[in-house]
Amino acid sequence: MTATTATTHYPAQTKTEAVESRTLCVLVDNEPGVLARVIGLFAGRGYNIDSLTVSETEHEGHLSRITVVTRGTPMVIEQIKNQLDRLVPVHRVIDLTSGGPALLRELAMVKVRGTGEKRMEMLRLADAFRARVIDATSESFVFEITGASDKIESFINLMLPLGLVEVSRSGVVAIGRGPEGM
Amino acid sequence: MTEMTGAEMVIAALADQGVEHLFGYPGGAVLPIYDALFQQDKVSHILVRHEQGAVHAAEGYARSTGKVGTVLVTSGPGATNAVTGLTDALCDSIPIVVLTGQVPTHLIGNDAFQECDTVGITRPCTKYNYLVKSVDDLPRALHEAFHIAASGRPGPVVVDIPKDVQFAKGNYFKPKDFSHRGYRPKVKGDLDKIKQAIDMMAAAKRPLFYTGGGVVNSGRAASELLRELVKVSGYPITSTLMGLGAFPGSDRQWLGMLGMHGTWEANWAMHDCDLMIAVGARFDDRITGRLDAFSPHSKKIHIDIDPSSINKNVNVDLAIIGDCAHVLEDMVRLWRASAVVPDKKALAAWWEQIGKWRAKNSLAYRNSNEIIKPQYAIQRLYEQTKDRDAYVTTEVGQHQMWAAQFYPFQEPNRWMTSGGLGTMGYGLPAAVGVQVAHPNSLVVDIAGEASVLMTMQEMSTAVQYDLPIKIFILNNQYMGMVRQWQELLHGGRYAHSYTEALPDFVKLAEAYHAHGIRCTHPGELDEKIQEMLEVKKPVLFDCVVDPSENCFPMIPSGRAHNEMLLGDAATRIEDAITEEGKVMV
Repeated sequence: MTATTATTHYPAQTKTEAVESRTLCVLVDNEPGVLARVIGLFAGRGYNIDSLTVSETEHEGHLSRITVVTRGTPMVIEQIKNQLDRLVPVHRVIDLTSGGPALLRELAMVKVRGTGEKRMEMLRLADAFRARVIDATSESFVFEITGASDKIESFINLMLPLGLVEVSRSGVVAIGRGPEGM
Repeated sequence: MTEMTGAEMVIAALADQGVEHLFGYPGGAVLPIYDALFQQDKVSHILVRHEQGAVHAAEGYARSTGKVGTVLVTSGPGATNAVTGLTDALCDSIPIVVLTGQVPTHLIGNDAFQECDTVGITRPCTKYNYLVKSVDDLPRALHEAFHIAASGRPGPVVVDIPKDVQFAKGNYFKPKDFSHRGYRPKVKGDLDKIKQAIDMMAAAKRPLFYTGGGVVNSGRAASELLRELVKVSGYPITSTLMGLGAFPGSDRQWLGMLGMHGTWEANWAMHDCDLMIAVGARFDDRITGRLDAFSPHSKKIHIDIDPSSINKNVNVDLAIIGDCAHVLEDMVRLWRASAVVPDKKALAAWWEQIGKWRAKNSLAYRNSNEIIKPQYAIQRLYEQTKDRDAYVTTEVGQHQMWAAQFYPFQEPNRWMTSGGLGTMGYGLPAAVGVQVAHPNSLVVDIAGEASVLMTMQEMSTAVQYDLPIKIFILNNQYMGMVRQWQELLHGGRYAHSYTEALPDFVKLAEAYHAHGIRCTHPGELDEKIQEMLEVKKPVLFDCVVDPSENCFPMIPSGRAHNEMLLGDAATRIEDAITEEGKVMV
C-alpha cells in the first residue's frame, strides 16, 4: 500500500498545455441580463477576457453580437465555446481564429499634449498611421485611429514620449473574410 | 386568451403543465399567489419548514417520477434559502421550476424589505432564470420555464415575479412556440458516428460500459435500451453514483459502482479496458481520480446530450451528442442489423480477469456480534425491503457510499442522492417529495446523524401531510467522511468532526409526533427494522453503529483506479493483480 502524501481529495493538475489567444463571435438575443450571463460564465469558470465588444447588430431580430478575445489551452477554449453555446439566449458561437482568415479591427481615441516640434512629430506619425485629428487645441490633439490591435499598440507607444495623456479603445470587433456570413 | 391576474396565471400555468403538487413557503411577496392557490383545488400545496427543504422535496419528486418538480417561495430570504437546492439540482441535472416572489417593480434595486437580486444570485446556479417585469410576459415565461427545465440536459429554472405583476391583470395564454431560437437541444445522435461506435464495439477485446445519471434522466426507455444493449453484447457494465438502478444491481454483468468508493472490479476494469462506452456520464473527478493515469489503454466513446461535457476532463475518441434513449435505440438497432459477432475468446478472457478482481471481495468488512456495523445495517435493511415497492434517498457522507455499495437497485428512479454538490441535509426533504409522489410506497432515507440534523425540521412537514417516511440514521456521532479524511490525511486530528451534544433521536421523533426507534445491538436489528416498516407514521430510526468504521474500497487522493485502498477484510489474492498493479498497491 502506497503511503498517502497528498493532502487534498481532489485530483492534481497533471497536464499543462500552451495557452493561445482566440477571437470568438457570439450571437445572442438582445435581452436583459444576457451580457451578465456571458461575463458571469467567464468569471465563474475562471476564463480570461482580453477584450469584449457588444452591440445590437440585427434590430428586427433583437440580436446582439458579442466579440470576445480570450486566452486558454485548446481544451479550455473548447470548453468556453461549448459553455457559451449552452446558454439559452445564445444562438451561435463562432471561433474566428480557427475558422480561417478573419478581419480584426479596433478603434482608439488617443489624447496627446505638446507644443512646438513635438506637435509636428505627432502629426507626422498620425499621418503615417492614418490616424485622423478629431479634436485640436493649441496644445493638444485627439487622434482617431482604427486598425489591428498591434498597430494601435505601436501608435500609442510612439505617442508616449511625445505627451500621451489618455487612451480610449473600443476593443476588438471582427468578421470573417470572404462571401459567407456566420 | 382569458383575462386574469398574474397570480391566477401562475396557477393556470401550473395546472396546464400538469403540476399536481407544489412545495412552498409563503411570505409577503407571494401572498397574491397564495391567495389564488387558496381559491382552487387543481394544485395541492405542501408547506415545508424551510425553503431549502422545498427545493430538495421537489428534486426528490422530480427524480422519482421523471416529471418537473415545482417550488414556490417568497422574495429575499425565501429565494436565498432556495439557492442550495438550486445548485444541487444544477449539478445533478434535476428538472425543477422555482417561482420566487419579488418586491414590486418600482422598488427593485431600492434595497426594499425582503429584496434581493434573485436573478443575479441564481444566474450561476440555474439553467436559466427570468425576472418578469410585465404581466404580459408572464404566461410565456412560466411555460418556457417548464420547457427549459425538462428538455435537453435537465436543470433548475427560476421565475422571479414582482408583487405588482402578481396583482396586475392581463391575458393568459399557452404559447405554441418557443421564443429562444438558439435553444434547440440535439436529441438524435449522428448516425455515422453511431455506426462507428458499433464498429469500435465489435472490435473491442476488453470493453466496458460506464453509465451515469443521464440514462436515468433520459427516462425509463433509456434504461430498457441500455439493458438490451448490455445483454446482446455481453459486455460488463459499471455506473456512477447517479446512474444506479438504470441497470439491475443483481445482474451478472454488473460490476458495481465505480469511482472513489467503487468496487475493485469496476475500477480495475475501467483502468484495463480497451474500449470504454460512456453513456450519460460526465467523467467527474470522483470517477476519474488521477487524470493522466485514467484508463490509459482505452479508446473512449462518449454519449451525452450536453456538448460541454465532451472532452471537458478526458479526451475521447468518439463523441455522440444526443439523448441517451435515442442514441441507445439506434445502437441496439444497428447492433442487431449488422449482426455483430464480438470476439468471444477475448471476451471470455476479459470476464475471467474480471472474475479474479471480483474474487478480491472488495466490499468485505469485519462484522461484529457486539456492535452494529453500518454496512451490516444497510444489508439488513435491504433484505427486509427488497421485495417492497421501495424508494431510497440519502444524505451525504459515509452512509451514502455504503448505501450505494450495499443496497443494490433493480430499477431506475428508485435512488435519490445528492451526487454533484454533495448536499448534507438532502435526504430527508427529498424523501418528503418522493413520498408525496408515491403515497403508497415505502420511502427510506438512509441518513447520517450529522447530515439529517441540517434539515430535521422537515419531519414536521412529514407529520403534517401523513407522509410515513423512514429516516434510517446510521449514528456514529461523527461526520464520518470528514473523520475518515482526517484519519488518512491530517494525522488523525479530528478537528470538529465529532458531535458532542446530539439530540435523543427517539425523543426528538416523539416531539414531532412521529415514531422513534433506537437500535444498539446487531441482534435486534431485524426486529426493529420490521417495527419501522410496520409503523404507519414517519419514523426516526436511531441505528447506533461502530463510530470508527471507514468506507472502503477507496481511491486515495490524486491516485489512479489501480491504486485503490482496501479494507482489512478484503481477500488478499495477489494472483488477482497484474504485475504492474503489484508495484502500486
